[in-house]
Amino acid sequence: MVETDYTNHILTAYIRGEIDHDSAARIRVEVDGAAQSLRPRLLRLDFGGVSFMDSSGIGLVMGRCRQMQLLGGTVRVVNYSDNLRRIFVLSGLEGLGVLA
Amino acid sequence: MKQAVNEMKLRFPSKSCNEAFARGAVSAFIMHLDPTVNELSDLKTAVSEAVTNCIVHGYRRQSGMIFLDGKIFDDGRVLLKIRDKGCGIEDVAQAMQPLFTTAADEERAGLGFAVMQSFCDKVRVKSAPGKGTTVTLEKRLGADDGA
Ligand SMILES: Nc1ncnc2c1ncn2[C@@H]1O[C@H](COP(=O)(O)OP(=O)(O)O)[C@@H](O)[C@H]1O
Ligand SMILES: [Mg+2]
Repeated sequence: MVETDYTNHILTAYIRGEIDHDSAARIRVEVDGAAQSLRPRLLRLDFGGVSFMDSSGIGLVMGRCRQMQLLGGTVRVVNYSDNLRRIFVLSGLEGLGVLA
Repeated sequence: MKQAVNEMKLRFPSKSCNEAFARGAVSAFIMHLDPTVNELSDLKTAVSEAVTNCIVHGYRRQSGMIFLDGKIFDDGRVLLKIRDKGCGIEDVAQAMQPLFTTAADEERAGLGFAVMQSFCDKVRVKSAPGKGTTVTLEKRLGADDGA
């Protein structure tokens, strides 16, 4: 469900499948575990493999933003489809520079 | 009111794995209407929000049954009713405001109703504290072809 890559202080989490309240809980644990041990400057959340997302995905991104703030880093969401964009637009995340 | 050309009723317990089940079932129910990719995604997302709310909020400290009724009308309208017998909502208008959530510590974004409203033509919420909540979603498919 989540694969990670750490290169040049950048942690990329490749998320796959559907993001809802059920799966978000598991994704969160995996991403936070990697971020806490590696302490990256940048956490890239790669949504290229995400086929479905509801507002739990927004909670997931906002929660990682808070988490990375505590660790002294930032978050970028990349590779999301047009369908996901329509959900992100509702969240105000665009204005925060989190969406690539 | 027009006669429904097809209908279905589902009931399932408030387990998180049933969020995926509910949107999968709804997508199979409307498939013969040949929905566009966006229409399908809109309804799946709205249903996912409503069912998740029953599980996360309605049956917060308990488990219970969720009822999902679907109807299709001959003008392409799809009506989905999602009901729980959980804690209910004290102030529905406040609950529907974007970013309002009573579960911020669980990483809820407070955007469930906003998503339902932006992806459906109509969203109706009936709720009584201590009795439960019914959310009715309405969307006409085939309204935006040519786009
Ligand atoms: N089925 C329900 N039963 C009880 N309360 C609900 C229900 N659905 C929604 N609510 C209330 O409305 C609020 C807003 O819901 P929503 O917009 O989906 O945001 P979120 O689920 O992220 O909190 C919830 O935090 C909850 O207080
Ligand atoms: Mg919700």
